[in-house]
Amino acid sequence: MTGVRAVSPGPAGAPGAAAGEPGAPGNPAPGATAKYAGPGPGPSPATSPGPSAVGSSRALAVSTSGLTKRFRGGQVAVDHIDLAVPRGSVYGFLGPNGSGKTTTIRMLLGLAFPTSGQAALLGVPMPEGAVRVLPHVGSLIEGPAFYPFLNGRDNLARCDAADRTADPRTAAKRINGALDRVGLLAAAAKRYRNYSLGMKQRLAIAAGLLTPRQLIILDEPTNGLDPQGTREVRALIREIAADGITVFVSSHLLAEVEQVCSHVGVMRNGRLVFQGPLEELRRTGAARIRVQTTDPAPAAAVLKDLGLPDPQITGDEVTAPLGDFQPERICAGLVHAGIGVRGLGVVTPSLEELFVGLTGEGFDVDG
Amino acid sequence: MAEATAIESPSAAPGPVAGPVPVGHARAWLRFFRSELRQVFLRRRNLLLLAVVALFPILIGVGLRLASHPSGGGGGGGGGGLSFVTELTGNGIFLSFIALSILLTLVMPVVVAVVAGDSIAGEAGYGTLRYLLAVPAGRTRLLAVKYGVIVVFALAVTFVVTGVALATGAVLFPIGPVTLLSGTTVSLAEGIGRLVFVSLYVAAAMAALGAIGLAISTLTEHAIGAIAALVIFVVASEVADQVPQFAVIQPYLPTHWWNSFDSLLRVPIDSSTLLKGLLSFAVYLVIFGSFAWARFTTADVTS
Repeated sequence: MTGVRAVSPGPAGAPGAAAGEPGAPGNPAPGATAKYAGPGPGPSPATSPGPSAVGSSRALAVSTSGLTKRFRGGQVAVDHIDLAVPRGSVYGFLGPNGSGKTTTIRMLLGLAFPTSGQAALLGVPMPEGAVRVLPHVGSLIEGPAFYPFLNGRDNLARCDAADRTADPRTAAKRINGALDRVGLLAAAAKRYRNYSLGMKQRLAIAAGLLTPRQLIILDEPTNGLDPQGTREVRALIREIAADGITVFVSSHLLAEVEQVCSHVGVMRNGRLVFQGPLEELRRTGAARIRVQTTDPAPAAAVLKDLGLPDPQITGDEVTAPLGDFQPERICAGLVHAGIGVRGLGVVTPSLEELFVGLTGEGFDVDG
Repeated sequence: MAEATAIESPSAAPGPVAGPVPVGHARAWLRFFRSELRQVFLRRRNLLLLAVVALFPILIGVGLRLASHPSGGGGGGGGGGLSFVTELTGNGIFLSFIALSILLTLVMPVVVAVVAGDSIAGEAGYGTLRYLLAVPAGRTRLLAVKYGVIVVFALAVTFVVTGVALATGAVLFPIGPVTLLSGTTVSLAEGIGRLVFVSLYVAAAMAALGAIGLAISTLTEHAIGAIAALVIFVVASEVADQVPQFAVIQPYLPTHWWNSFDSLLRVPIDSSTLLKGLLSFAVYLVIFGSFAWARFTTADVTS
């Protein structure tokens, strides 16, 4: 990642333009449900779906079709999204704040009811199957929330008591196990009120690990954490995934999850603008040729003559999609035309730039 | 435990999730109920409220004892239309009835309102509601458990008043065979038996109030708002019950039958009044219970 970034300090507009098509609202998401029919290209061989899973929704830990949420005010928070999260994957659900991630997660967990469309967890339709499927799903929803006047252990005990499938005889052991896993065993007797933000976050994750799960849904697990806390959460996600548990993790920062994700879905203004393996997102970043020159306008004309589509001029730089062209041929062409070339390079957008291209820059979260 | 082993190997069989076999349906309910009961009864705020409630009968007893002292002026004992006060000097057991009828006007409803108004709104306010539902606690199940806890709390509040008042009355006043409001005298044991039924009747009134509080509690994520709304509701009803022009609607007011427990202190027992009161409580429970259920099982949880 850092290496890519070093060779591509290109203008901010360029990668955005390169990935512009999928980012444009109204375009269908490139990720197709059918893609996941077979064993997915997940990073870990242990996580590929078993042989019995052939092309049905059984192979998907999370699937939605046309899932839509329109609030009473008429605002569409989630607009016909088709999620397909393969079992065993670590799925990064990305998008800026306000792009509909949390509303989607609330619908997945049966907390909010969709205006239209369907959702299923582990093949069980939601929200109808909530009582049946949610015992297999651990979740962290929009930040941790516990009784401040109870200690960590008592808070977990309360969650466990609410679970009709949890065995009370093993409760103490499971609670200690979950606390241990997130490194809170020593602070178990401390009141939740006195926990640091990172500890609160970890306690919420522990609540999601009280019983054996098949799917863990984490909504912004790194929100508000310091870099060390973020690393800890990432390590925890890796551990969970290594057990074969599907992890669905939302974030507004690609950088925080890209190291652990095998798949990503990108939200913008309530729409899913990209979905697929992380590698595929990387591939959508088309390489561009970048020419630094004293004569930008003639240089652009030369690039056009060579057959490069739509060259763009910014200051003393000209860029154009490279396609299959050989950079050295372009260089020769420019020099042959008498253009003063100061620098020439191939720019590949970083994942972060692709992500920004998809989600838009800065404060343009409309609606 | 068989289903737990199946869950532990998710990659082996990614088939549809088999319905988790409850460890024992009734046991699971009981466990959740006990857990919620513990939260309410171990919470310092609620314990403090119960302590305050317990203090009132003592204060009332001491006050009436001082006022009824032969040398302390003859003016005491006639206030507020309390038909029991004159009986008190003869028998300490009447302190329970006096305490109940005084505290029923505001103190007990407020204390019940705190727990009832907090039940769902408090969870929503802390954000714990979304986690309970994601466990999944089950919306209907959670509501039922919450209401069960409110009923137990209503019973506790009532019996704290009755119990403390009985003890205080026994200390401060003579105790013995009870002369009922109809003039009949019954044994002390029967008197205490009637006191238990009076308490149950009052607890039923508080439980019906709790159902209204539960319904209001599903409408907001601000517990204090739900509590205040319920208290205002009670006061408004009590005021309307005092205005003669509202005589037509008075029997339908939620607070109208609260003090009708004195029907139990007559021979024969005025069962028609009692039944009307119980019917009123039941109707309020059904209406507001249904409302709470309809609202809570269909509303988006956005807190």
